[in-house]
Amino acid sequence: MATLFGSGIKRREDPRLITGTATYTDDVKLPGLLYASVLRSTYAHARLKKVDVAKAKKAPGVVAVYTGADLKDKVNTVPCAWNVPNCDLKVPAHSLLAADKVRYVGDGIALVVAESRAAARDALDVIDVDYEPLDAVVDPEKAAQQGAPQLHADVANNIAFTWKVAGGDADKAFAEAPVKVEQRILQNRLLPTAMEPRAACASYNPGTGQLTVWVTSQNPHIHRFLLSVMLKLPEHRTRVIAPEVGGGFGSKIPAYPDEALVGFASIDLGRPVKWTEDRSENYKVTIHGRDHVEYVELAGTKDGKITGLRTRVYAGLGGYASTAAPGIPTILHGLMYSGPYMIPNISGTVYGVYTTTTPVDAYRGAGRPEATFLLERMINLYAQKIGMDPVEVRRKNLIPKDKFPYTVATGITYDSGNYQGALDKALKMLDYKKFRAEQAKARKEGRYLGVGVTTYCEICGLGPSQVAGAVGFGGGLYDSAIVRVYPTGVVRAYIGGKPSGQGEETTFAQIVADEFGIPVENVEVVAGDTEATPQGWGTYGSRTTAVCGSAVKIAAQRVKEKAKKIAAHLLEANETDLEWKDGKFVVKGSPDKGKSFGELALMANVAWNMPAGVEPGLEATAFYDPSNFVYPFGTHICTVEVDVETGEVKILRYIAVDDCGPQINPMIVEGQVHGGVAQGLGEALQEVAVYDEDGQLLTGTLMDYAVPKASQMPTIETAHTVTPSPVNPLGVKGVGETGTIASVPTLVNAVCDALAPLGVTHIDKPLTPARVWAAIRQAKGGRP
Amino acid sequence: MKRSIILNVNGAARTAEVEPRALLAYVLRDQLDLTGTHIGCDTSQCGACTVLLDGRAVKSCTVLAVQAEGRKITTIEGLAPDGGRGGRGGLHPLQQAFWEKHGLQCGFCTPGMIMTAVDLLSSKPNPTDAEIRHAIEGNLCRCTGYQNIVAAIQAAAAAGR
Repeated sequence: MATLFGSGIKRREDPRLITGTATYTDDVKLPGLLYASVLRSTYAHARLKKVDVAKAKKAPGVVAVYTGADLKDKVNTVPCAWNVPNCDLKVPAHSLLAADKVRYVGDGIALVVAESRAAARDALDVIDVDYEPLDAVVDPEKAAQQGAPQLHADVANNIAFTWKVAGGDADKAFAEAPVKVEQRILQNRLLPTAMEPRAACASYNPGTGQLTVWVTSQNPHIHRFLLSVMLKLPEHRTRVIAPEVGGGFGSKIPAYPDEALVGFASIDLGRPVKWTEDRSENYKVTIHGRDHVEYVELAGTKDGKITGLRTRVYAGLGGYASTAAPGIPTILHGLMYSGPYMIPNISGTVYGVYTTTTPVDAYRGAGRPEATFLLERMINLYAQKIGMDPVEVRRKNLIPKDKFPYTVATGITYDSGNYQGALDKALKMLDYKKFRAEQAKARKEGRYLGVGVTTYCEICGLGPSQVAGAVGFGGGLYDSAIVRVYPTGVVRAYIGGKPSGQGEETTFAQIVADEFGIPVENVEVVAGDTEATPQGWGTYGSRTTAVCGSAVKIAAQRVKEKAKKIAAHLLEANETDLEWKDGKFVVKGSPDKGKSFGELALMANVAWNMPAGVEPGLEATAFYDPSNFVYPFGTHICTVEVDVETGEVKILRYIAVDDCGPQINPMIVEGQVHGGVAQGLGEALQEVAVYDEDGQLLTGTLMDYAVPKASQMPTIETAHTVTPSPVNPLGVKGVGETGTIASVPTLVNAVCDALAPLGVTHIDKPLTPARVWAAIRQAKGGRP
Repeated sequence: MKRSIILNVNGAARTAEVEPRALLAYVLRDQLDLTGTHIGCDTSQCGACTVLLDGRAVKSCTVLAVQAEGRKITTIEGLAPDGGRGGRGGLHPLQQAFWEKHGLQCGFCTPGMIMTAVDLLSSKPNPTDAEIRHAIEGNLCRCTGYQNIVAAIQAAAAAGR
């Protein structure tokens, strides 16, 4: 049988998705269902003087109304689950509903439960709230200064933490460096915008004391735990089902108040309750991404050797510390300051800062795009200063392929890599020299072409649980699978991960089918229901294939080991005399004497004739905890033409060469690259969440927030190299986030390269025509 | 306030009790259990709720249910020749093409995207890539970067030739 590993077979998820028969959370309907709606603060920062819900309680169709005061002592606050150590982290209480103070526009004040969506929404309008407005502060750097409006009484200057990373001697390197460049870099705040808004539907059974909550979740087991904490409910009586999930990109990792609120209401009312946010609510309350103000310096020699990197970062956290928020601009950001390069001296300080804005947490790439962007941007500024080709600077500093495993100055150890290989391949696809010649010719004609080349590596496959514990992550980072073989030889794999579009129902079925030599149609992958699946830690950080996929592989191997014992017994042979061939255990040298997987499945399940001491049944569970993270890498290249009259950027070519190790399903890998690059190009070109000074979100709907449209995205040319990881049994790395990590600096560096002759050195992203035009004008000596 | 209306959905007459302000998208989902039509925004930008009204693609969040009375509504559930049955009973060429070309990931935008593409190919059977990208501008996808969606629509167009 042909091997399925490496085959771009069609996805088995798709039939239900293309026919409208899939069930997303908002599609869940239960008898007696009630609908919930949340009254949200219209002020960014205010004291609540009065919340009067008397009228709302009498409104048509309303069943119940709850305020923060009603919930007091009945529920716990929303936990922060990444308590990064050694940074003096301060996590103030985050109530399910605010009782005395609101800290961002969207902070929940009251919950209305009614017989219909419309009735619940209508009743919000008759709740009377008396606010005492306080000053807002939306910029993380400003919020950290003395005298800024204070969000939390016990957090001086709004500084939630001060985290440091250091390796080598950065101060000495800078003191001695012949060349230094510095730049203030802004990481624009982004709205994740999973196309499916968040939703939760809770159903409490008073007879069993069990609460079932359908949630738009990337990590149902984490939500089970956090919901049980918030609701003071035993964990084994809390069941979370993440059905079809319509995209997540990090925004469906955290615990939010809303899911717990519907759980509380269902318990209190004895009826199922559903809440679904609309898009404007999503933009107000579902986490945002990025939002850094960074001061970055790079030191090097005159001939292109980087000797040091220094950063000071203000990372906006929003009004409260969201579930994973403290770990994003620290562990997942600062530890990656070396990128794919040998940088001997690194020092960074990251201030996590509360601002009167929506909480900020993991958004696709989560910390690594910010690290890659600042590094790649600085390298281009450095190359420009020393008059060297930016590709040559990169080549000179890349970690050579024979140096792995390689420990960088920040202390982490990269598993494997061939960075030069990916770079060479991408340069060849473009014909870099030819492009530079075209660029020179175009410049003479008054046309501005540019090229950006990013060599990146990233940390993913999170990660060893021991490391998770050491860095304060409030959980494990292993993952799990049960592989269960039915009497008829068909198989189900129950996994701890929970995809939200990444296709693991297909790729994991490929792993199992390959292991057993059976048709892929005979394998089904089950995810998302905490009642059916073993403890897992979710789908994020490009970890699912590397970690959960490895658990699937190991569980399948265990099943096969047991099947081999049964085969040996039935064939009256020694196990050592058996070999696996064409989906059968056969006696070596007698290929006609064998037992197929189907025959062994049946015997194990009926157990009529089992070897002594072997239990009936054919299934195995694996909990796989990786020994290290994995580090995918690659080179992305973008060429652009900039219209200097209008500031418009036209992408000419986009080339992505990625190395995520061996690819289980190349079609799916390519899809991940396409989507990742598109999200990065959105960040680089057009996406930004804008607050006014009063903390009102100006980009509060899809009318104002510029999610890329089909007409705005280029055709992406993809290629790959294959460097297996020694870390896991599949040799795989992650690819869900690489596109977003690599594409942002690639595009920005291309535009800056195009405009270099005009004296433009840096433009804050997103590179909207207005910003590009202003930068050109400023470089020419005009007003910005 | 509610009134009874009869909607012709996927070839069948369906009765619904609706408030005059009820949007077609919500009536399809909440009252007629046609949850394949999705709602991804509240400003008619995302296109996830796109259905066919008398053969033309419309965003069902911008149509009042009462306006749809007497008109022919096709949702994703009614697109395949025999009503779909989860793909077991045959697929519409566009559904097939989206599957073949990996034109979807999370699938949330897919029903609306396919309905828009049905309209496009009915009026323009041989579109260029640029025409496709223009036609689906009102349908947002956050997963695919659109590349395989364009490929899928081209494949369906080729299959129809």
